This record gives sequence, structure tokens and C-alpha cells, in this order.
Amino acid sequence: MVYHNPDGVMIGLEIHVQLNKLNTKMFCGCSTKYHDDEPNTHVCPVCLGLPGSLPVINERAVESAMKIGLALNCDIVPQTQFHRKNYFYPDLPKGFQTTQYDFPIASEGKVVIEGEDGEHVIGITRAHMEEDPGRLVHIGSIDKSKGTMIDYNRSGMALIEIVSEPDMRSPKEARRFLDKLRNIIDYLDVCDTTLEGAMRFDANVSIGGGSRAEVKNISSHKGAERALLFEIVRQKNLLRRGGTVVQETRHFDEARGVTISLRTKEQEHDYRYFPEPDLVPMRVADRTAKVVETLPELPDAKRERFTKEYGMADMHAKALTSEIRIADYYEEVAAKVDAKICTPWVADVLKGELNYRDLTIESYTVDDMVEIIGMVTQDKITEKSAVEVIRTILDSGGSAGDIVKEKGLIKVEDDVVSTAVAEVIRENEAAVVDYRGGKEQSLNFLVGQVMKKTRGRADAREAREMVLESLNK
Amino acid sequence: MSKAKWMGISKVRENIAASSSEEVTASYLDTISKSKINGYVTINEGAIARAQDIDNGKEGKGHDGVLAGVPIAIKDNISTKGIQTTCSSKILQGYVPPYNAHVIERLLDAGAVILGKTNMDEFAMGTSTESSHYGTTLNPWDHERVPGGSSGGSAAVVAAGEAPISLGSDTGGSVRCPAAFCGVVGLKPTYGGISRYGLISYANSLEQIGPIATNVSDIATIMDVIGGHDLRDSTSIRQEIAYQDSLVDDVSGLKIGVPDEYFAEGIDEGVEKSVWAAIQKFEDMGATWEKVSMPHTKYALPAYYVTAMSEASSNLARFDGTRYGHVEQGENWHVMASRTRAKGFGEEVKRRILLGTYALSAGYHDKYYLKALKVRTLVKQDFDKALSNVDVLMAPTMPAPAFKIGEKIEDPLALYLTDVNTVPINLAGVPSISMPCGLVDGLPVGLQIIGKHFDESTIMRAAYSFEQNTDHLTKRPAGVE
Ligand SMILES: [Zn+2]
Repeated sequence: MVYHNPDGVMIGLEIHVQLNKLNTKMFCGCSTKYHDDEPNTHVCPVCLGLPGSLPVINERAVESAMKIGLALNCDIVPQTQFHRKNYFYPDLPKGFQTTQYDFPIASEGKVVIEGEDGEHVIGITRAHMEEDPGRLVHIGSIDKSKGTMIDYNRSGMALIEIVSEPDMRSPKEARRFLDKLRNIIDYLDVCDTTLEGAMRFDANVSIGGGSRAEVKNISSHKGAERALLFEIVRQKNLLRRGGTVVQETRHFDEARGVTISLRTKEQEHDYRYFPEPDLVPMRVADRTAKVVETLPELPDAKRERFTKEYGMADMHAKALTSEIRIADYYEEVAAKVDAKICTPWVADVLKGELNYRDLTIESYTVDDMVEIIGMVTQDKITEKSAVEVIRTILDSGGSAGDIVKEKGLIKVEDDVVSTAVAEVIRENEAAVVDYRGGKEQSLNFLVGQVMKKTRGRADAREAREMVLESLNK
Repeated sequence: MSKAKWMGISKVRENIAASSSEEVTASYLDTISKSKINGYVTINEGAIARAQDIDNGKEGKGHDGVLAGVPIAIKDNISTKGIQTTCSSKILQGYVPPYNAHVIERLLDAGAVILGKTNMDEFAMGTSTESSHYGTTLNPWDHERVPGGSSGGSAAVVAAGEAPISLGSDTGGSVRCPAAFCGVVGLKPTYGGISRYGLISYANSLEQIGPIATNVSDIATIMDVIGGHDLRDSTSIRQEIAYQDSLVDDVSGLKIGVPDEYFAEGIDEGVEKSVWAAIQKFEDMGATWEKVSMPHTKYALPAYYVTAMSEASSNLARFDGTRYGHVEQGENWHVMASRTRAKGFGEEVKRRILLGTYALSAGYHDKYYLKALKVRTLVKQDFDKALSNVDVLMAPTMPAPAFKIGEKIEDPLALYLTDVNTVPINLAGVPSISMPCGLVDGLPVGLQIIGKHFDESTIMRAAYSFEQNTDHLTKRPAGVE
């Protein structure tokens, strides 16, 4: 099947990744662990832009940037440089943002996603380093605000801006790309993507080769998909009514799910980029090889290894490597239980139950998983009971052993089942006659009666076999 | 109390030993209080307490340092913790920095006592100190004349005996010009020689902090304290220079280059004579000289101004009234910031911000900013070439002695032109020292000795030898002993 992209949708994304796992900010020694602290407590002359302060590059931020670049299959530039992007805004304490311009640390990479019609390559234009501005907090709603407060704790946090080519052909592909990207970032361990503001997105959208609109202020993957869906419909409607799409910047109103025009091309800022005189160009060519050595196994490589090492289907390998935490979890379980047996338990059962409850893998411990799989393989409980135990633990906690006891889930011995089978056959002569007369449904009825007698603790498959055996005597 | 006096560091330390830092500091404060030249914007209220700490040998205050108890004046664009720092601008009125510049930390560690913050052209943009929001500083040699700029206050207070030593900053001649106009010694070190951490930027890629003193040895003493690498300034360079060791009275074999282009049309006849007499003196002392060509000198001035203004337009963007300094009210942030900048900046600063903004704008960026960068490379090559054949270059610091207050302030271009001999040095990043080499109609003339990158030792040796073998540094303004 080939996806024909009927509307000629072209979507490009810009993703800001905050390097919140670093100890210090991009250009100063302030701590990055401000998320639970009072505003303006993680600040210094540099990130407040006090007169006379000067930036110093955080070498670990450069390493993280190189890791991201390499993981996105980019070329790392031999010598990189910072520029000033000049504009006025209250969250910008220096009146310019220190960023990169014509010598970004990484460029020309690619990421393969599950596209509309199978594997689809998304080009990465560039990935560059920059600093985060402060955060504005409006008193009351934004339109009726009496005032705005500024928190500079975020000011100067290291950001990596990743810019993609307009290679996505649908909001779904954009979502897949973002999922994949977040997965890679998680694997690299450079950003806690669960923290507020850890990843932020801008998108540009055009249809049928027309002008593109840039959509700003997207803060989640779901939000991205919604914003793009809206924007595509807006542009299509505009064209259908004989209008033309103009190049402009639009704001995504997450609450209303709509995009609103912010400014047109004519109103765009002239950022007057020029090289940051306070930072000398930095040679990184000789560091690249070393950074390559520190790169962890990335999702695609892990997926391939899982199929080989654990002999699992690619579908399972994909599910298990879609999140680093799940992959690590799986490998811990597989170290203790037969991999072939535990694969569906983690990839299908547990992932499904977690997804249903919107829970993370931390909600179910490796030990619980190992224990429950052990019970099944030792024939102590049925598979159905095992699922029930997992659900119970996720919903209300407790240990597997206790739950099995409390709920009386220990599998019933065979002789109890055979007694039940004998009784059922004796008590239901009519059904036995019917079955022997060729009425297949009667078998189901008899098995059901056995299950009823054993109150469900019998294994349905085994009960069926035993009923059949008796009937054929 | 005592009359204003020229005193070198060694004399000040003798006086401190004989009495106390408190007494010496008080005597300077007394002189300052009677001053007519308006050299200071802010007096350090804590100066006496600081001097007492030194006298009492309080730990961690630098009482055993090379500048123990020695008063110093600091240009008002260098961040001083707890002491108002305005850059002589209204927009920073009331701004009291919460941190010390690197050079201030070093000075305090060495025991120095800050007397106060000296007047300057607003944000260091000028050659006369007339653009200060706090009034012009007067030249101690002639109160009707400018002290030069932009570090006019720093040079004038040293010349007037209101501080033994001071710090200025030199973006396009701002230490050397006032040193020349006020008859004192001023050094612009090699770019990267002193940390700029805490120096409020005007044009980052050009400027350096520099010391001003009444003699060459004091320059060496200060440089040994404030020079060297600092991790907080990424443009500072690991390169040790032994300043004290370069104070040797010997120029035999020294090869001097004299660039014709620095004696261009319009140069004052008296200045030209004094400088040539100085070069002659060096020859008498055993040096040799030859003419060198620096063909791109005439392009240096426009390249300098485009570069400096471009950087300034960005550096000064942070002054928006949001976090510190002067603020005007407005119905929203943009109005507030615009009004603050409109009212807070003076004419010259606004002119340079606008021109710099223009030079960086789309469509003009290549024509101005990039072209200036290219010219800068050519000017650097001039220096590399000239200094490959000679050890130092010598030239007039300023083409004429101090001009009259008000004479050029209405004509910015005429004022810019007076920087013709100083700005190429900043474009090249090489070190240069200005020292007195005579008087013309009672006004000092500055001799500029320019060296190779990080070869301060050679220009210091030349300057020291010249000082030891002439009497130019014994000349003082009227009323100063
Ligand atoms: Zn900071």
C-alpha cells in the first residue's frame, strides 16, 4: 500500500528539548533543579543578564547536544559557534538569546518512523544549542491580566532545538515522529521528558505546495496532533472558499483546540543575528569519536537485538523498545524467567493493562512480574487468574501471593475436577445424549457445568478435555 | 589637610606605613571633596571602614597584599558590589551591583581601597567625557578643556592627585586618549589579557580594562594584580606576563617602527614634534627606528565604528527598566521599556544603538557589519606585517592635545575622527601604552608605544626606559604637587 497524501500535506517540526538532567545551566553555574522551588531562587548575574556578566559554555551541554545529534544520524560540525538573536521581551534578560545560527552543532540527519505506508524517513535539518528564556506568569487570565510576574529560574537552561524537514504527511506521522524522538531522548538520558516544559514544539504546515503557517505554543504530542488537524482543515477550508494561505505565525490555543494568527510575514522580527563576541568558536571535531563511544544502544538497535537475542517477533520487540524503561524492565524479567514465556506477559498483558490505566511501568515491580509468571509456569494458577492478579495489583496494590490466597485462585487439583466431571455427566443425562447424538453445543454446556462446580478454579481447557474423555469412554 | 599630590604606589605605601591607610584614604577623600573637576560619579561610603580593616590586619581583606591600603579609583562601568555603578548613564541611576568584577576581586584581595567610581562618557561612548549624564569632567591642566574619554574621570583624578591609580577601559582608545590628554600613563593590554567579567560591555570584541597611573612601575604593579586568565571570561587567555621583570632601563637594539599613516594630515604640529623628539630620544638611548607602512589605517575608523556600534546595539538591549536601574511607566511592557530607553539613554548612546541596529539589519548586514569584519582582518594583517620587522611601533596617541569643552560635541563625526590613531590597535587586539612625551601650549602630549600580542614586556621596558631618561613624568597640572 502506498500513501498518496491527497492534500499534499507537508509538516515540519521544531522541537525544544530542555537539558534538565544537567547539573547546571547552559552558561552559568546555577542549578537546574528548580522545578519545586520558589521563583527567582536559581539565578546569578549571568542568567539574570546583569550588566558586565559573561557566559561560559557548559561542556556537558555540548556533549549532550552531540549525543542528540549523533543519535539523529546527523553530521557533527568540526567547529561550532554561538550567535545572538536580538529581540525585546520581558522574559529575555539580556535583550537577546544566545543561540546558534550558521554553525549549528549538528545537521543533516534522519529518523525512520512508522509512516502511513510503512517505514518513512524524516529528515533532520539541524540540531543546535541555545538558552531558555525566563517564564512569564500572568496574574489572572492573559487578556485581563493585571500584571505579569517573571521567574528567571528557567532563564539560561540549556536547550537543544531540533528542526526537521517538512517530511511528515499527516498529523499521525507528526505524532509518531514526536513519539520516536522522545523515545530517543529518553534512551540518551539527557532530559527528564516528564518534567514541565521539558519538550516544547512548533510546527509548520502547508498543503498542496502553498505557503506555510507556523504554529507555536504546542506543549504535548496529543496537542501537536490536534493543532495540526485543525490547521490542515483551516487551510483546506480557506482554499475551498477561494482564499489563499498566507505565510504567518499562528498560536495554538490548547484549551479551544484552535490556531490563531499572531503575525504575518511582514511583521516578522529581524533578529539581527551576529556572532556572540563573548564566546569564542569551539572546536568539537576531536571530541566526536569519544562521544560516539558513550552513546547508549538506541531504540532501533535494541529492537533488532531483542528479536535475535530473545527470539521474539518484531511486533513484540517494537512494543518493548518503545520506551527505555519498558525495555530495561523486560530485560530484568527475562534474566530471571524464560524469555519466550515472559515476552507476551510484558509486551502484551502488562503493557496493555498499563496503557488502559495510563500508568507507567514503575507501577508493577519486576519481582511481582517474575512471581506471577512463575505461578503460571508451575501450574499453580491459571493464565486468567494471573491477569486478574496483575489487574488487582495495579488497581489497589498488594502482593501477588496474598491476592492469590484471598481470592482463592489456587488451581484446583485434577481429582476434584474429575469428580466434578463424573457428577456433571451423571446429573445431565439429556445433554450427554444430545452430544452423543451430534449436538456439539452440549459439550460447552457440560464444560460450563464443571466450571460452575469448581467455581472457576479449574482450567477451562483441561476441564474440556476431561469431559470429552468421559463422553468418549 | 594636605594639598593634592601626585603619588606613586611606593610613596603611598610609605605614607601608610608612617601613618595608616585610614589617614591616607581620608586625605584623598578630602581632596576629592574640594575638587572642581567632577571626576567622580559616586564616592565609596565604605572606603574608610575598608581602610581600617586593612590597618587592623583583618583576615581575608588583603592586608598583606601588594596594594594593602592603597586607594584606587574605578571607572563607573566596572561592577562593584555594594557601590552604585551607572556607566555615567541615567538608565543605570541607582543600580547597585550584587557582585564584583573579576578585577575588583583581585584588587580587593591585594588590599586596595576603592575611593569611588569615576566619570566617563555614557556607556564609554565618547572621546571627551562630555556625554556623561552626570556632567563633564574637566581637564586638570586646563579646566576649559576635556580630559579625553571615555575614561576621562579615571585619568583626570589621577592627574589631579585625587587618586594615586585608577582603572579605565579601552574600547577604541578610552584609556590611552584621556591618559594622553591628562599627562599620565595608561595601558591597553592585549585583548584577552585581563578578564572582562564585570566590565559592562560596550563593544565586547574590542575592549579591555586598563590601568592608569602616574608612572610606568605602577602600571606593572596593577597589571600583576589584575592580569591573567579567568574562567568566567571565555575570551581571556592563559598567558603569563611578568610585568615587574620588564621594568628594565635598556632599549639598546630595540627596533622601532614609525607608521607614516599615524602622522596624517591634520595632525597638530606640536604633537608631531614632541613625538618625533621622543623617537629621537629612543635612538639616543640605543634603539633604532624605521618607517613602516600600515596601508589599511584609513579604513580602521569606519570599521571600528560599525563593529562597536553593532555590538553596542545588542549589548545595551538589556537596559529595559524591568530588573534594575531607571524606569519609566507605561501601559504595557513594551511602552514601559521604550519610554525607559528613550528617557534613560543620552543622545550619543541612542545614535550608536540606532546606527548599530541598522548595520546589523537584514539587507545591510553584509554591506556594513560583514564588511567591517573584513576590514578588521586587513588592519590586523597590517600590524602582523609591521611587527614582524620591528619590536614596537611608536606614534602620537592623539593627533592633537585636549580640545575645548563643547568644541566638538555638536559634531559627532569630528569627534569620531580624533580616535584615528587609537582604534586600529583595538581592531588588531595588540597592546599599547600611552605616556607623556612633552607639553604643547601647556597641554600634555601622549606617545603611544604599540607591541605584539602579549608582548607587553617589550612596550613596558620601552616606556620604563623613556620614563627613566626623560623628565616628562615630572610635569604636573597647576595646583598639583
Ligand atoms: Zn545563573
